Amino acid sequence: MPEALVITIEWITMGTLAILFVALLGLSLVYGERKVAAWFQQRIGPNRVGPQGILQTVADITKLIMKEPLTAGRSDHFLYNLAPFIMMLAPFIVISMIPYAKGLHILDMDVGVFFVTAVSGVGVLGVLLSGWASNNKYSLIGAMRSGAQIVSYELSAGLAILTVIVLSGSLQFSEIIESQREGWWIFRGHIPVWIAFLVFLISGTAETNRGPFDLAEAESELTAGFHTEYSGIKFAFFFLAEYVNLFIIVSIAATVFLGGWMPFHIGGLDGFNAVMDYIPPIFWFLGKVTFLIILIMWFKWTFPRLRIDQILTLEWKYLLPISLVNLVLVAFITLMGWYF
Amino acid sequence: MSSIVNYFKTVFGGLKTLVQGMGVTGYYFRNARKEIITQKYPDNRSTLKMYDMFRGVVVMPHDENNMHRCTGCSACEIACPNGSIEIIAPRVLDPETGRKKKVIDKHVYHYSMCTLCNLCIIACPTDAIIMDQTFEHAVYDRSLLTQVLNREGSKLNPEVKE
Repeated sequence: MPEALVITIEWITMGTLAILFVALLGLSLVYGERKVAAWFQQRIGPNRVGPQGILQTVADITKLIMKEPLTAGRSDHFLYNLAPFIMMLAPFIVISMIPYAKGLHILDMDVGVFFVTAVSGVGVLGVLLSGWASNNKYSLIGAMRSGAQIVSYELSAGLAILTVIVLSGSLQFSEIIESQREGWWIFRGHIPVWIAFLVFLISGTAETNRGPFDLAEAESELTAGFHTEYSGIKFAFFFLAEYVNLFIIVSIAATVFLGGWMPFHIGGLDGFNAVMDYIPPIFWFLGKVTFLIILIMWFKWTFPRLRIDQILTLEWKYLLPISLVNLVLVAFITLMGWYF
Repeated sequence: MSSIVNYFKTVFGGLKTLVQGMGVTGYYFRNARKEIITQKYPDNRSTLKMYDMFRGVVVMPHDENNMHRCTGCSACEIACPNGSIEIIAPRVLDPETGRKKKVIDKHVYHYSMCTLCNLCIIACPTDAIIMDQTFEHAVYDRSLLTQVLNREGSKLNPEVKE
């Protein structure tokens, strides 16, 4: 076969797989969120459609697809219809970078971490566009809040990842995972990595616009924030993007801090390590991701929503200085070799 | 120096309260199977038990001799903040004493306007009306929500002192 054809087939296969993966991810995460939220609030959750309500999200998405995709009359039609696609663009690009198991990734760039942090910022453009193009004051306020929030929190998220970059000495995801063969960085890097992990979890939650940082769509004040005017499948795109972003943040945290697909190893205990190796890497990855997703859902269903000034105070007066000092600390520790 | 101490106090104090809150919801999550407070309503209709405080609809209880305790004093009508109760009680001649006296003819209750505030129950001097706990009152015609609470041919219970 000519090389061009091979590449085309590869692209189409990868694209289809990515779309399928995102769709399944959205379905299962929305169901999981509703069920987990119910358990945190002593409720039952979805229990009508299918056993334990497992087909609830399938029914929901069918309804959303069948709905008429309205375009708000006085909106900027082009930008209004473009925003949901931009919203989905960033997750689709980033999802190709995540290593699910050894060698199981679409792309493995040598500047992977840098690329992911850069591209995941595109999502904010979708939020701002949808808020602006809707020509609705609630949407605009929500979009502006979201813009301020995401731009601020990307700083500390980036700095938190840099902590591990300093320790592992590489920006490539596969090499970061390989550097955790003797133990995950959260154990080997002790105090600075714990701080960085905490900072990354907080700022990651904020970046995905999830509770307690969901003031961009604060239902009680702004109806739904930036996607007030969207309905049907366009709304579903925003909804899906939120959950795929959650998955991305969580899988980056799992990869960088918890060793990705790397099994739990303790240096020196060969028998124990061999037993751990019997569990396939994909299950290690999915297990860590599930654990972190439940942790972030726990945040959402426990903490009250922050005000906009509280959000910016938290970032600029607490998270950013702490992660800057933490970066200096981890550089010193790496220099002295004081990690395990 | 004290400002730096305060800074870290806020950080650790904040973290502590957050962990406390997560402990509360974490307890709910761990016991999600045992301590569910939602009831699967249409399924458990036969075993459904309402709380004592629940107020469903105003009713006038009648005993086995078709007697109620309403004297027609209109206290509930006056107490009702939105006019859901209308008492139709003409003055008729009492054959025993030979004086004119209010006798309840119709106790009209507009359920469509009632906010179930309980003020009529508190106002009633003879405990003639009470709050019932039934709640499935949906009807297709709004006029069905206007009810006459005293039954056809019912009489005032002679035990009731005016």
